[in-house]
Amino acid sequence: MPQIFHRRTDGLVRILLASGGLAIVALAVVAYFIDRSPYLTGQGAVPEQPVPFSHQHHVAGLGIDCRYCHTGVEKSPFAGLPDTHTCMSCHSQLWTNAQMLAPVRDSLERDIPLRWIRVHKLADFVYFNHRVHVTNGIGCESCHGRVDRMPLMRQAAPLTMQWCLDCHRNPGPSLRPPGQITAMGIEPASEARAATSGHTLLKQYAIHTNRLTECITCHR
Amino acid sequence: MKAGMPAVIVALMAVAACGDSMRDQPRYDPLSAAQGWPHNQSARVPPEGTVARDDSMAPDPQSPPTALSRAQLERGRERYGIFCSPCHGGSGHGDGMVVQRGFPAPPSLHSERLRAAPLRHYYDVISGGIGRMYAYGARVPPQDRWAIAVYIRALQLSQHATVDDLAPGERKALEKQP
Ligand code: HEC
Ligand code: HEC
Ligand code: HEC
Ligand code: HEC
Ligand code: HEC
Repeated sequence: MPQIFHRRTDGLVRILLASGGLAIVALAVVAYFIDRSPYLTGQGAVPEQPVPFSHQHHVAGLGIDCRYCHTGVEKSPFAGLPDTHTCMSCHSQLWTNAQMLAPVRDSLERDIPLRWIRVHKLADFVYFNHRVHVTNGIGCESCHGRVDRMPLMRQAAPLTMQWCLDCHRNPGPSLRPPGQITAMGIEPASEARAATSGHTLLKQYAIHTNRLTECITCHR
Repeated sequence: MKAGMPAVIVALMAVAACGDSMRDQPRYDPLSAAQGWPHNQSARVPPEGTVARDDSMAPDPQSPPTALSRAQLERGRERYGIFCSPCHGGSGHGDGMVVQRGFPAPPSLHSERLRAAPLRHYYDVISGGIGRMYAYGARVPPQDRWAIAVYIRALQLSQHATVDDLAPGERKALEKQP
């Protein structure tokens, strides 16, 4: 019987098999990075809002505390977004003719709520709670970045599960004393300082880190 | 046919895993839109006169219902800083940052009239607003209103203290200064 395959076929099959394997690995690697890329996590995205509200002007320029507008942040899972009445407590007297603020005045007049476009959006199977973090020494800055330097709000952190866990495994260095939760521009503690101050703060807030990496903590 | 079955089942399972139904579950998140409800929003305004489950039905008392404490003063200072200082200023003279940008200046909290006003007056001003000042009742719960009122009283005392108000030790230290 004559040979069906050429002698070189053996090598060709090996090359094909090997490159097939490589392609699968490469695909997995590419998928991994795409999954964590800002394109899919939404990090850095700046959605367009009905009013171009500037945190930079209101927080850094005027020194207004976050809680003037985000009232729920210390007592509920949801931080809360300001209603029209909150804006009008100042803008009933200030910038009353500005075109930029027309949607706010219109909202008050017609009694129709402003529709802010959400910047951060966790998946529904994740349980997140502002109150536990803000009343246990985690500042807004640790998760939302330098809000006082944002002319328009953008998502500063990737909000991936890995990001949550990186902190839950070792929250010590991120902890702040109670008076500094909404303050901006506070350097994260250095390794050396964190070892001491982070430890005392962990004790002061009675944080038990062993519970923080359980699945049930964030998926309930 | 039998041999193909596992492959079919695996393929079906793969298809079932598609879609984002876990990511977007059929429920309302806070402030999310809800077709058909007033303003198309899921959050509802409670009917006039609603009392929260753990609230008291009694009319607002004339003076703080809890005894004065250091914690209450600290709380008052923090809340005053958040909600009042943008206009009234850190020390209550009516020169806050927003006033410096053109908001009509509020009266100084250190006038004769306001120093003589009862604590309940501050509670009422916070709850219902006054003149060009909007109401803060929706954002400042009753406990905090009293805490702010008490703190304003402390501010007023601080601006009108005389040397006689000092403890003897402090007074000596002050008099030693050139
Ligand atoms: C505590 C007072 C206060 C509140 C509350 C407030 N603003 Fe302002 N806002 C100001 C002042 C003061 C300015 C002028 C800023 C300046 O002169 O630098 C301003 C300016 C603006 C401008 C003009 C552009 C800019 O950023 O300078 C916009 C738009 C604006 N505010 C939107 C809003 C919206 C929307 C809200 C409600 C979420 C709001 N503001 C709540 C005080 C306030
Ligand atoms: C004068 C009112 C005001 C103050 C003060 C304020 N914010 Fe905001 N904030 C807004 C408004 C209005 C929006 C919605 C529009 C937007 O996203 O830009 C918003 C949106 C946000 C969002 C994004 C919400 C989303 O859609 O996911 C974050 C995060 C946030 N603010 C954090 C802060 C922090 C931190 C501070 C304090 C340093 C602060 N804000 C102070 C009015 C305010
Ligand atoms: C531990 C991290 C963390 C801290 C600390 C934190 N946030 Fe957030 N914040 C988030 C995440 C995650 C979301 C998105 C929540 C969602 O999509 O359900 C969010 C959403 C928000 C929103 C949109 C409304 C909402 O609740 O979904 C606002 C406003 C906000 N944060 C303000 C603040 C302010 C103000 C502080 C500080 C007082 C703060 N946050 C501290 C992680 C944090
Ligand atoms: C910068 C640090 C930090 C980040 C980032 C962070 N957390 Fe936390 N989280 C903490 C700390 C500290 C506590 C502990 C509070 C305590 O034990 O009193 C906590 C507690 C919690 C709790 C309550 C646990 C309980 O039952 O007591 C939940 C739920 C939670 N975090 C969810 C999340 C999710 C979801 C994310 C990501 C979107 C996240 N956290 C990101 C620091 C962080
Ligand atoms: C947006 C600016 C603004 C903020 C914030 C503000 N006020 Fe006022 N307040 C005013 C103005 C303006 C007046 C003068 C009202 C008038 O007569 O038209 C005033 C008046 C007052 C008065 C005097 C009432 C009287 O009998 O004459 C008191 C007391 C007062 N405010 C307390 C507070 C407290 C407490 C807070 C914090 C919860 C606060 N204000 C927050 C602007 C503000």
